[in-house]
Amino acid sequence: MTAALLRTAAGLAVLAASVALAITIGPADIGVTDVWSVVASHLGGDATGLSPIRDGIVWNLRLPRTLLAAVCGAGLALCGAVMQSLLRNPLADPFVLGVSSGASTGAVVVVVLGFGGGALSVSAGAFAGAVCSFAAMLLLSHVLGGTTDRVVLSGVAAMQLFSALTSFVVVTSADAETTRGVLFWLLGSLGGAGWTDVWLCLAALALGLAVCLGHGRTLDAFAFGQDAAATLGVDVARARAVLLCVTALLTAALVSSAGAIGFVGLVLPHAARALTGPGHGRLLPAAALGGAVFLVWVDTLARTVIAPQEVPVGVVTSLVGVPAFVLVLYRTRRTRR
Amino acid sequence: MTLAADRVTRTAGSTPLLDGVSITPPPGAMTGLLGPNGSGKSTLLRLLCGVTAPAAGAVTLDGRPLDQLRRRDVARRVAVVEQQADTLVELTVADVVRLGRIPHRRAWAPPAEPDDRAVRDALERTGLADRADRPWHTLSGGERQRAQIARALAQEPRELLLDEPTNHLDIQHQHDLLHLVRTLPVTSVVALHDLNLAAMYCDHVVVLRRGRVVAAGTPGEVLTEALIADVYGVRAVVTDPDTDGRPHIRVVGTLSRGH
Repeated sequence: MTAALLRTAAGLAVLAASVALAITIGPADIGVTDVWSVVASHLGGDATGLSPIRDGIVWNLRLPRTLLAAVCGAGLALCGAVMQSLLRNPLADPFVLGVSSGASTGAVVVVVLGFGGGALSVSAGAFAGAVCSFAAMLLLSHVLGGTTDRVVLSGVAAMQLFSALTSFVVVTSADAETTRGVLFWLLGSLGGAGWTDVWLCLAALALGLAVCLGHGRTLDAFAFGQDAAATLGVDVARARAVLLCVTALLTAALVSSAGAIGFVGLVLPHAARALTGPGHGRLLPAAALGGAVFLVWVDTLARTVIAPQEVPVGVVTSLVGVPAFVLVLYRTRRTRR
Repeated sequence: MTLAADRVTRTAGSTPLLDGVSITPPPGAMTGLLGPNGSGKSTLLRLLCGVTAPAAGAVTLDGRPLDQLRRRDVARRVAVVEQQADTLVELTVADVVRLGRIPHRRAWAPPAEPDDRAVRDALERTGLADRADRPWHTLSGGERQRAQIARALAQEPRELLLDEPTNHLDIQHQHDLLHLVRTLPVTSVVALHDLNLAAMYCDHVVVLRRGRVVAAGTPGEVLTEALIADVYGVRAVVTDPDTDGRPHIRVVGTLSRGH
């Protein structure tokens, strides 16, 4: 237990250092001590001695953006790890149930069609879309029989349907400029992050972490399938419903704020598993911490590599993620012999 | 009175899988569940462990209906070994056996001394103590089934249900496994295809056909030439070579082909 606490503390320390360092990187020359003094002044009320512009860059731009990157990375990796175990599918990720496609449709309906007359934000539209697609998926999988493979297939169906709706709306109604904006959002971007996004996503992450960690042993029991889990005392239907809903809610919140950032939820759980072994008591915190640190650095790369232009963070996660994924697959290929 | 099924019925659509089946496995003994494919052996085992519920009738544990007990409490009493278990997760043998402690542990609590002891005992009893750190994927079929039995033992059950556990094993491992089950201090119910294995190891056998019990008793009483012809449609010569009530069955041909 103490060893587990030590590992978690070490992970949190690495994460805090990554956030502090990542904030200093960028065109405006800001040091780690500046970051600390800005944070301290906003929390404690003392003056920083920094110019308001530099204070604003740290407090209103880079800090919320970096924190949102950490929260998104943690949440996506957590959801991916849970999905892979629950659905017994190494290719599962947080988007496998169509949540992100629904979010895209919702966002596009608000941005392109002007639904809500400006009263609805893109995030609100995306969240509503995500919830709709998840509900459609649940209904479909229930009608089709409710087994694990039916859940996956229903997710694929929902994903295809909502992707098609998104493309339809964009192609028929959007001008070139809006299309570009939507495309950027679909690929995932932390550019517009504000404190509201950070708090909402952090609350969703806290809920998701608490529920998923509480179900750690239940997820262990799924190793040999749902019947085996049932004979180990797991209420399979209830556990699956709770975990699907919580991860879908968390994914919807993250996607609404930052778009569908791919690959974190697929690759990080595999990497964490290689590090911690299959027990979810250790795997889930490791995946969440790993995902947080990973996305903080990937986003830093995304906003600096061709500055002042920005690469969508989802593009960078994939560019970094694909080689990592191939490595993970190569490793499992050897151990399966 | 331990685990019992009382006139249980289960259907798939309009096809009856089980039709009013009652069994009361004798406590501490090994009961063989026999019958051709589709006779309802697996369905009955799934009802007995509570994974599925009967459409009519009741499965009881110490007289209490299974559906009134918490799943976790059932899992502390009744353990199940499937005919072939597989996983994509990279587990070691010890990891697999530790799964058996899940019904005994509370959420958030770390493993305690009784958990470690149960896992150690289970590994020793199944002869896997020296292979505890081996990856599951490198095990042979026989070792995998032993690991599953060790996992079931770690649940510290009083009832052990096994669904055709010898199906994918060679002859030596079939006998090893059934000998192991026979020596365990549990009430066991084993679905089997091989009549000679059932005759050798089981204290009690129940024969199913099309979802109904057609015979129950000791192997010597039940496994007669007439019953085998009737249930399996084969001509068999049954002898009792050791005159110990454990018959030997030699199949000499099918009935339908007119031999």
